[in-house]
Amino acid sequence: MPTTVEDPRTVEFDVRTDEMLVNMGPQHPSTHGVLRLVLRTDGEVVSEVTPHIGYLHRCAEKIGENLAVRQWIPYTDRMDYLAAMNMNLGWSLTVEKLVGYEPPERGRHLRVIIAEMGRIASHLVGMGAYGLDLGSFSPFLYAFRERERILDLFEAACGARLTYSYLTPGGATADLPAGWTDRCLKVLSEFEPIIADYHTLLTSNAIFVKRTAGVGVLSGKKAISYGTSGPVLRASGVDWDLRRDGDPCYTRMYEGYDFKVVCQRDGEYVVPPGAPAPPYEAVLGDCWHRFYVRMLEVVESIWLVRQAIHRYHETDDVLPRNHGAPFKLTDKLPSGEVYLETEAPRGQMGFYLVSLGGTATPWRARARSSCFSNLSPISEIGRGCLIADIPAIVGSLDIVMGEIDR
Amino acid sequence: MTPDYQAFDRLHAKFGEAVSQPAETAGASEHSDRWLRVEAAQIAKVAKFLRDDPDLLFDFLNDLTVVDYLPPADKKLAAAVGDERLEVVYHLSSLTRKHWLTLKLSVPRLVDGSLPEVPSVAKVWKTANWHEREAYDLFGVRFTGHPNLERILCPDDWHGHPMRKDYQSPLEYDGIRGR
Repeated sequence: MPTTVEDPRTVEFDVRTDEMLVNMGPQHPSTHGVLRLVLRTDGEVVSEVTPHIGYLHRCAEKIGENLAVRQWIPYTDRMDYLAAMNMNLGWSLTVEKLVGYEPPERGRHLRVIIAEMGRIASHLVGMGAYGLDLGSFSPFLYAFRERERILDLFEAACGARLTYSYLTPGGATADLPAGWTDRCLKVLSEFEPIIADYHTLLTSNAIFVKRTAGVGVLSGKKAISYGTSGPVLRASGVDWDLRRDGDPCYTRMYEGYDFKVVCQRDGEYVVPPGAPAPPYEAVLGDCWHRFYVRMLEVVESIWLVRQAIHRYHETDDVLPRNHGAPFKLTDKLPSGEVYLETEAPRGQMGFYLVSLGGTATPWRARARSSCFSNLSPISEIGRGCLIADIPAIVGSLDIVMGEIDR
Repeated sequence: MTPDYQAFDRLHAKFGEAVSQPAETAGASEHSDRWLRVEAAQIAKVAKFLRDDPDLLFDFLNDLTVVDYLPPADKKLAAAVGDERLEVVYHLSSLTRKHWLTLKLSVPRLVDGSLPEVPSVAKVWKTANWHEREAYDLFGVRFTGHPNLERILCPDDWHGHPMRKDYQSPLEYDGIRGR
């Protein structure tokens, strides 16, 4: 039977879609400048995601092979420029592990204060920028307002606002200035009640939940296989945090501290007061959970900073004036190799240092970045979702391209 | 997390001489990591065994990287470097057993003028997919059996492997002057 215009089947045959290649980025807001995603789409549905990275490659590892270990610290700043303090810490600990040096107790508490403040600042950007990716502008401004106050504190401590180079092998370049901890506590106590506002604006916002809940689900088993770490791994229900489970060189810093790893246990999160419970649409390992874990981690970090400040004042061993001093630029490294991972805000940041002895420069300086692994499941979790979901997924992974390309 | 020194016994029982425990190198720092040496051809089988064996359960590949040992002109340093070779390094850990392990395998820098080959472990740990691409891109180690072995950080038409010690950066690329 020949089909006619009236025949409903004709309409069906007419609306046929073709596969199309869509280039997203490098200037799409969700890709923060230097990531290009090639999407193969069928109508609105994405059937394939191919990430192209490397636009930023800065040869940090190659430079590391030509500089003394302390000289490489500014380069670690530029890897994850939103959590540079934590990068400094990772490389410093790696060098200290090889040499077998342990900073004084007061210095360890100082490092906890700085590292956890760095985590809060980083999660604030992650949170604000994620709102921006999904089209909500105000939380971005609010998050940066709070972050500015933390950057003010960092500026008072070391003179820089973004590339600190503050924590170095041996300790830190200087002790905290007088009155710093009081300012820090004031900032924290003013920041704490505002977190509830963020939950109202984003976490429990109906539109936000619609855009993120059940989108981009990454199962726990796959998250492990893909080598993801940090909030991405914990949001998939894997109870793993290097602050608790890591190498002794790193966990020694957190010895005696009381903190909980934010992760779903027995089907439940330990939700601090003011934080909403997960909505029923949310599936473990989806974009909403990745955001949620970060928000809860901020509360945990505030609690850690408070404890660290208390301990910092209790220990009375006096720091040498410049307690980075045990490591001069010309100090020769012992031969050997070490690999150490620390829990940076975005995940496990690993440094691998091979030294042949007799020189001040490493033979091989390797940075294993968390974002590199965190981005790799995008091809799998982006398959079958809508184009509009791609920014939501990329944003929820909270990637910093500087860390991917190094 | 603690280093796993028992893994060697299990691997040795299963794979024999393909896995060996190198003697402590003279003069190495006491804090230096220890590692197991694996024959290059066996790495895929060893990796699968390490992941699936109930006593080992190395489910997490932290890092895969390469170190280029090319003896430099400096005689003292050249003696420390030893033979000319590439070493592929695997850092593994187990989230359930909470232990870690380092594997190394040694391949020649060039085999008859072409790149050395190592079996891929991308089927065992999915994260190895990108890490092996990076190792291929920057060091020129070809991973056989890899689903999509292409450059990942450098452009597709880039010449050479930048992280090799004897790499000469090009004077010009695509009309852009370097150096």
